[in-house]
Amino acid sequence: MKHYPRPEPGGQPPLLHPPYTSNIRRAPSRPLIQLPHTLSELTGPLYGHNPIGETDNDLTRQHPGEPLGERIVVAGRVVDEDGRPVPHTLVELWQSNAAGRYRHSVDNHPAPLDPNFTGAGRAIADEQGNYRFVTIKPGAYPWRNHPNAWRPAHIHFSLVGPCFITRLITQMYFPNDPLLPFDPISQSIPDERARLRLIAQFDWSLTQPEWALGYRFDFVLRGRDATPFEGQS
Amino acid sequence: MKTLPSQTIGPFFHFSLTANAALGCLTRPDAKGEHIRIRFRLLDGDGAPVPDGMLEIWQADAGGRYDHPADTQEQSPDPAFCGFGRLATNAAGCCVFETVVPGRVPDGRGGCQASHLNLSVFARGLLGRLSTRVYFEGDPALAGDAVLALVPEDRRHTLLARRDPAETALWSFDIHLQGENETVFFDI
Repeated sequence: MKHYPRPEPGGQPPLLHPPYTSNIRRAPSRPLIQLPHTLSELTGPLYGHNPIGETDNDLTRQHPGEPLGERIVVAGRVVDEDGRPVPHTLVELWQSNAAGRYRHSVDNHPAPLDPNFTGAGRAIADEQGNYRFVTIKPGAYPWRNHPNAWRPAHIHFSLVGPCFITRLITQMYFPNDPLLPFDPISQSIPDERARLRLIAQFDWSLTQPEWALGYRFDFVLRGRDATPFEGQS
Repeated sequence: MKTLPSQTIGPFFHFSLTANAALGCLTRPDAKGEHIRIRFRLLDGDGAPVPDGMLEIWQADAGGRYDHPADTQEQSPDPAFCGFGRLATNAAGCCVFETVVPGRVPDGRGGCQASHLNLSVFARGLLGRLSTRVYFEGDPALAGDAVLALVPEDRRHTLLARRDPAETALWSFDIHLQGENETVFFDI
């Protein structure tokens, strides 16, 4: 039987992080009430709610032509806090194109849309928790949080996991991005080691020669096995 | 290993996460139980609608069974019902799910919980998922619910959906992110 210890303080963003200005009027002001885990929290939607299409995990093949930009492979594993695979879970992503523009009606950044790139993808992790996407490296883009604010290049990910507790929406960043120290969203995570976990690792083994560079990004979802500690009988 | 930190859903998720509007309907016509609609409204600290939020619900079927292997109750899940729904809020901060009143599920202490939906709230401006529950006003089981008992009495009303006086199958639930009627959110 799995159990789900609360995350350590510092490893998750606080409710309120005022440098992220749209957070100020939206973050709850009262402390959360700790809930014992009942059947309601220990169950959750298990399967993808739509069948996965053939090109859903390859964002470079969703249109008749090729998208512009740097082709990349993003792959890794979905695991629990013991490093055990979380099989068959749905991984959804969305991102801007190479120019830093989203295919979204409220994105008015004056950068070009790419007719051959949507920026949405889905994959189901396999039995060992492995997932893989082929996409285009997203561009950085400006936003109105503070004067001359820019988001570092990032890919949004959404995972359901095995139960209601494990639900995770996060963002993956790229190594050596000079914008990261100035980004109030990634900097909202107090513990630097936890912030680093959102940065993908460049990985030669995931590259495809003469085709695409590769980045590894593992998703660690909540959950541990309730096996006795070492030394306990 | 440590859990990955969450980050905001941001304002641009719609073309990926909520492209399928069918995720607002959890029922087929032959689903067992009382068919209802629940209209949610997501409001910020100024009482202004949050037009770029996403709500997810997870609930048991009318018989109190979750479609999940951790639910080992004898009866099978209703095949005409799906316990998961997901919708984006509109310009008025609203979205409407079609579902059934969930049955009572075990509380792990020999009793049953009052009927409730488990609700996740995401939005631009929220760095992580907010988790809460939706109970039904007037349900006689509310008084014995172990989770509600953890909530200060003067805040329990924030967890109650209310039946529309004119349309009995319609329930409303306002989510106040801040303010006098700030909704109770749970640390799960």
